[in-house]
Amino acid sequence: MKNLKKKLHFRINLKSRHLLAIMTMFCVSSIVATFASGITTAPLADAAGMIIVPFENSISSIGQWLTDVQKSFQDKQNLIAENEKLLAEIDNLTTQNNNLLQDQTELERLKELYKLDEEYSDYPKTAARIISKDPGNWYDNFTINRGSEDGIRVDNNVIAGKGLVGIVTAVGPHWATVRSIIDDSSNVSAMTIGTSDNCMVTGNLELIDEGKLSFEQLYDNEGRVTVGERIVTSNISEKYLEGLFIGYVSEIWQETNNLTKAGTIVTPVDFQHLRDVFVITVNKQDADYQGMSTGTEENADEE
Amino acid sequence: MKSKIVLFLTIAVCFLFQCTILHTFSIGSITPNLMLVLCVSMGLMRGRKCGMWTGFFSGLLIDMFYGSLFGFYALIYMYCGFLSGYAFRIYYDNDIKVPMALTAAADVLYNLAVYALQFLLRGRLNLGTYLIRIILPEVFYTVFLTMLVYRIFHYINYRFMNVTRKESESIWVLK
Repeated sequence: MKNLKKKLHFRINLKSRHLLAIMTMFCVSSIVATFASGITTAPLADAAGMIIVPFENSISSIGQWLTDVQKSFQDKQNLIAENEKLLAEIDNLTTQNNNLLQDQTELERLKELYKLDEEYSDYPKTAARIISKDPGNWYDNFTINRGSEDGIRVDNNVIAGKGLVGIVTAVGPHWATVRSIIDDSSNVSAMTIGTSDNCMVTGNLELIDEGKLSFEQLYDNEGRVTVGERIVTSNISEKYLEGLFIGYVSEIWQETNNLTKAGTIVTPVDFQHLRDVFVITVNKQDADYQGMSTGTEENADEE
Repeated sequence: MKSKIVLFLTIAVCFLFQCTILHTFSIGSITPNLMLVLCVSMGLMRGRKCGMWTGFFSGLLIDMFYGSLFGFYALIYMYCGFLSGYAFRIYYDNDIKVPMALTAAADVLYNLAVYALQFLLRGRLNLGTYLIRIILPEVFYTVFLTMLVYRIFHYINYRFMNVTRKESESIWVLK
């Protein structure tokens, strides 16, 4: 008993410098452990998520409510003027719509040719809302309000209306963390639609302001890839499903090795104001296509 | 005990604010670093040990949700809290200028550490761009945030937590 007391006494009087050394050792060893042997901290994150995520959920819904209220206070005059304008626009659009319907048949034919967009809309998806973001400014991760109980798993691809957004890196019962493709540490294996040449799309913090990504290692000797070419995820990617739209080539240049080309890509997704995303609940690894077709039916039921 | 509970609650609330509300106030996609302000304030008001623990636990929270390496942010925040704890002996904590200067220094330290350990090692050599685009704006914004929230932390410290005697005051207490 006395011994124990002595020990306890010692612990309380530990000098702050020694305490710092001990905690530094602890941190460094856990960094090494996660880096080298891939020990996951999932249980810890689960426990913390149980406490933190409900609050994040409610804060984000309060924020949503406030924006709604703010919107409803918009000037009445503005709304009337807008209404008139919109009515005129409806006439305009009806004629345009007729034209578009005609184009639709042509589009169907072209889609057949690509076969990519078709599959894209066939994956089973879950809608989710972004409830919190990475606290720092260096990385671009966010948390969504759906988790393993909604069928989300690690390595699920995340898309927003127009294109690829990111990949699920961690998942809890009712939340999941997503690393977006503009994150500096993200790498996506991609290909061009026209020529099916493979390249590597990497996020780049220096390009984020312009809403761009960079790509490299594009082998294109004949110079057939030009500005405006569509880039999609490639068929050889391990984690990304084939044919998810990433963006358009905006600049292209020869790399210093004189063999491959590099450049920048404009993404159609507005990462600054992203709120709602879709999670594709099929992984590339298990995307045998029978599984996918049953998934499609489920999806149809939901909608 | 009471002060420990209050400290944990403060850390949790700050983390929640940092991840949700502060992003709506971000200017040019730069968000101020509230967690760092908390660590520095606690270090300044309560000493090295307290600053260290505050930094450790706030870093741990970030690691659990967003870190790629577990323990990385805990380490950086811990050192920020610990180093600012040295000011505890030297300065009074009711002057706003001291925490502002400390936050600026700690934020520079924090950002340079993230850059050096996670970006430089991956071959991103362009420090100038990062300095102008990320580090300096964040430092200014965080210092601005300090002016707003330091009073709140100060109030929490003196209203809800046990008072830690300043050594500059303890000259008058006979040992």
